Amino acid sequence: MRESLLGWQQYRYLKWGLVLLLLSVALYVTQGGSNAAQPPNGGTWQGYVLGTLGALLIVWLSLLGVRKRSYKSTAGTVQGWASAHVYLGTVLLVVATLHCALQFGFNVHTLAYVLMCLVVVSGFYGLYAYMHLPGRLASIQSGSGEDGRLDELARIDARVRDTSERCDANLQSLMISALELTRVGGSAWQQLLARDRSRVMVPGSDTQKAQAVANVEQEVVVSHLAGRIPDARKQSEAEVLNELLGLFGRRQVLLHQLRREVQLRGLMKIWLYFHIPLTMGLLVALVVHILTVFIYW
Amino acid sequence: MGERYHIAVVGAGPAGLSAAGRAAEYDREAGATSPSYVLLEGFSIFAKTIQKYQKGKHVMDEPGFLALRSPVPFVAGRREEILGAWQDSIDSGLNVRYDSDVTGISGSRGQFVLQLQSGDEIEAEHVVLSIGTQGNPRSLGVKNDAESDFVRYTLDDPEDFKKETIAVVGAGDAAIENAIALSDYNNVYIINRRNEFSRAKDGNLNAVLAAINDKSRPFHCRYEAGVAGVELPASPGEMGAIVLNTPAGEERLACHRIIARLGTIPPRSFVESCGIEISSPSADAVPDVDRHYQSNVPGLYVIGALGGYPLIKQAMNQGYDVIEFIHGKNTKPADYPLLQDQFSGLPYVMDAEDVLELYQQRIPMFRRMNPLAFRELIIESRILVSLPPADLAHTEQKGERSTVFIPAGEPVYRNGEFSTTFYTLVEGEVKLQLEQDGPWHTLKPGQFFGEMSLISGRPRQGDAVVSEDAILIETPRRIMVKLMNSNDEVRKGIDRIFIVRALQAAFRPDLPLAELSAVAGQVETCRFNAGQALFSEGEEGDCLHLIRSGTVVLSRGSANMVVAQHHSGDLVGQMALMGAPLRRDTAVAAVRTETIKVKRAEFLTLVNSQPEHVATLQGRLSSLLEKTNAMASQPEAARSIGFLMEQGLGEATNALVIDESLCVGCDNCERACAETHGGLTRLNRAAGPSFANLHVPISCRHCELPHCMKDCPPDAIRRSADGEVFITDSCIGCGNCETNCPYNAIKLSYAAPPKPGLLSWLLFGRGSGPGQPQSFTPAAADKERGKKAVKCDACMGQAGGPACVRACPTGAAMRLSPEQFVALVEAR
Repeated sequence: MRESLLGWQQYRYLKWGLVLLLLSVALYVTQGGSNAAQPPNGGTWQGYVLGTLGALLIVWLSLLGVRKRSYKSTAGTVQGWASAHVYLGTVLLVVATLHCALQFGFNVHTLAYVLMCLVVVSGFYGLYAYMHLPGRLASIQSGSGEDGRLDELARIDARVRDTSERCDANLQSLMISALELTRVGGSAWQQLLARDRSRVMVPGSDTQKAQAVANVEQEVVVSHLAGRIPDARKQSEAEVLNELLGLFGRRQVLLHQLRREVQLRGLMKIWLYFHIPLTMGLLVALVVHILTVFIYW
Repeated sequence: MGERYHIAVVGAGPAGLSAAGRAAEYDREAGATSPSYVLLEGFSIFAKTIQKYQKGKHVMDEPGFLALRSPVPFVAGRREEILGAWQDSIDSGLNVRYDSDVTGISGSRGQFVLQLQSGDEIEAEHVVLSIGTQGNPRSLGVKNDAESDFVRYTLDDPEDFKKETIAVVGAGDAAIENAIALSDYNNVYIINRRNEFSRAKDGNLNAVLAAINDKSRPFHCRYEAGVAGVELPASPGEMGAIVLNTPAGEERLACHRIIARLGTIPPRSFVESCGIEISSPSADAVPDVDRHYQSNVPGLYVIGALGGYPLIKQAMNQGYDVIEFIHGKNTKPADYPLLQDQFSGLPYVMDAEDVLELYQQRIPMFRRMNPLAFRELIIESRILVSLPPADLAHTEQKGERSTVFIPAGEPVYRNGEFSTTFYTLVEGEVKLQLEQDGPWHTLKPGQFFGEMSLISGRPRQGDAVVSEDAILIETPRRIMVKLMNSNDEVRKGIDRIFIVRALQAAFRPDLPLAELSAVAGQVETCRFNAGQALFSEGEEGDCLHLIRSGTVVLSRGSANMVVAQHHSGDLVGQMALMGAPLRRDTAVAAVRTETIKVKRAEFLTLVNSQPEHVATLQGRLSSLLEKTNAMASQPEAARSIGFLMEQGLGEATNALVIDESLCVGCDNCERACAETHGGLTRLNRAAGPSFANLHVPISCRHCELPHCMKDCPPDAIRRSADGEVFITDSCIGCGNCETNCPYNAIKLSYAAPPKPGLLSWLLFGRGSGPGQPQSFTPAAADKERGKKAVKCDACMGQAGGPACVRACPTGAAMRLSPEQFVALVEAR
């Protein structure tokens, strides 16, 4: 019942892909030889067939974007298309390589080939992301989603504010600054790295000015609170500190999960920002390649 | 000697006004100088019930297919407009006498005497009673229960009372709505005679439970509390008390006020004091009248709600017709053409009124029904006539409300089809299967079928094949439910046959019908609320349950380890009678469930009569045991099923479930939904709970007995034969379905503007492109039209199945029925 992209319809398109692969290799080995007019290359009739096949594959593969948005279409399911996209896209790598017979140079033809390779490789990454990251995301999310976590975080922050009013001014400003200098998200790069850039203002003393220090994973605050509890002079103070420690402990986990969630979502999306523009570039290079071959050959 | 009239109409509601209006027309035609009729109203205003509606209430003019026949105007609209139009009619010269409460009617045709409260007497040759029932609230039935400042039977404005302790008696919608509104400013006790609020609409049910559980609201409930007495306050302004009979003994609740909302009853004692007979002892019973609305007292007519016609338009038509009858015109009622049209395809020529009478006599269950109620049943039903296929080919189907021709020898419904209508056989024969590929039973005229799906909401079990020249009455579920709620005899009749057939299907007993009926009489029908247990693991059992409606889950070990789920028609707990009495599982109702409880003695009678079938039952039991055992050995899978059941998917027929280990969060499902449904998505992927990689997004599940279909005033929510529940264009946007849906799957929304063409979006940036989010400002015309209810229709009529599933690139989105859940959680 639950079929992934790869296993769709008992690996139907893996079988298609393999057949296509064998046919292409068979076609390739029929060229060249000791008494042939020319070595294997894109210019033999076999080379032309392979080239035409590759060009058709590229056009068809890029049509997935159109099919995905044709919501009323009854031409198969999007999952079927995606499954075929993966296998035929992989085969394209071989077909194109056989077509050019490893003749490379600094020209538009090799540019098209390189772009195609980049598209396929970014696709491989995408496949990896689609196959593995959703499960990891789900295991983080089990129970509550991102909204639930943000709500909980807001509730915790409100309680930290309330509770820290019962502390001395120094500790209160430390707590509030820890809340205010907490960082989640940021630029695309920061989202993908998921490095914690939170900081906290450590209150100054007579000799020293207050300064902001890194508060990675809220560790500074947590260890500060934990360190102060044994020193507490009054029972009520210890109680407040304990409460804050509990709140920051939960905060630590929530923030970590949020960052990881953002990161995973980003990793699932980022590749499309390469895959699609590279495909556009490839289509242009392909047209130029075909035209130049016909004009100058 | 008082005034003397040709006709006295009692009660200035819609029926009375219409009657007076028609009588005034007769006077005008005859050029009478003084009115020949009088309209007597006990209060100082007309149409008291409608005057009491809240301001601006939209009054409907159902049934839509019936034409209005009255000199007094009435179209659907705001309460004020309707009352204004009626005031105009009265001002144009109706002879209304207000504050004339009639306390007694004596005499006979030609010489009736009406006693008024004031002591005056009015003589009339004919009397028309149109006093309705709404003005007569059911009283508490204890001493001091008369309406006073302390004890009230209505509540005009909840904000009239502040900072008081108020006891609200009743468990219906009116009581709940009043109690909740009052609790904004007062300390409220709601007194419920039963241990649940089963009579209330779901919306009110949820609201009252939430209010009871809300610690910050001064709202309390006393369950199983009968009213034992009322202590009036010693002086105005002081507190009185209500004395309750509770399971824990007598309780005295001091309060400032008692508001009793116990429904209304026909003013029976007054009606009977006029000599009118009411044959049924039921409190809701209405007087028996003939086709001309004449009661057993000649010359005394009963129309409107008192005669069993609570709808305004029907009551007004009757008001017109009754004056015609009194003037000796044998006018056909306004619905006569409808009946004629329905009967037009019958193989014999007969007056529609006579056909109606004949049919009622043919069907034992309906024989004792009020003829007017039967008439209404027929008008709301379809008349089916079966023809040989050859004849059918050249018989033309007339209008939508005309006789329906169906092919003889073919099923009227097939196994697995979703339909919940009820069939009554009037002529010919029907061959009926009670389960797929089961034995055939032959039905004779007067018998009925289709009660299984009517009660359970599940798809049809087995086929029903109609013979040549058969005549059937097909009645929609909504009408049957109304009838079963108001008519005990019909409810019991259908129940009895349901049980007999359920037992037949389950055990295939070889018993004469009389013996089978005796067994059916012995078994007990049980009701369980969601979460209630039928039996618990470790108990000794001596009975089995045959599910009538709903879903039962079996769990083992702990509550969320679900090893099996059973639906209507299935047996639960048969191990106790066919194996060891020790219960190995706990059986809990996943949704509101009804079962038939079969004890050992009845079970033995049933199975011993047909020993061959025992092997089948045993075979089913062992395959069931195999399955439950397999589930019990996979705790993860069992817990996943438990999670799905907790989400209410036990009552689903077609639910969207997302495999989170495959979902990349692209939201292409939502976009596909919007793009294929006028720009409005009907599902919310991200919302909803998840467990063990299974996510149940907010989306319609197409429930077995859809909550949304319950109170749809224009009957706009329908179910197709394939099971899709959908909303038709006749939605009026009242929001009942949105309130009633426990799964938030229905939203009210303005229509979305049409999407621009691809090129105008691409080149000129107009509107949103394919799959782009659908935030929009509604067009003025759409705003004027108002919000309409929007829900999933499972992409009914679209090639290729649900768009959400087809558009999922990774195969994460699935639409499943509960039978597929096991395969879903096991296939890991």
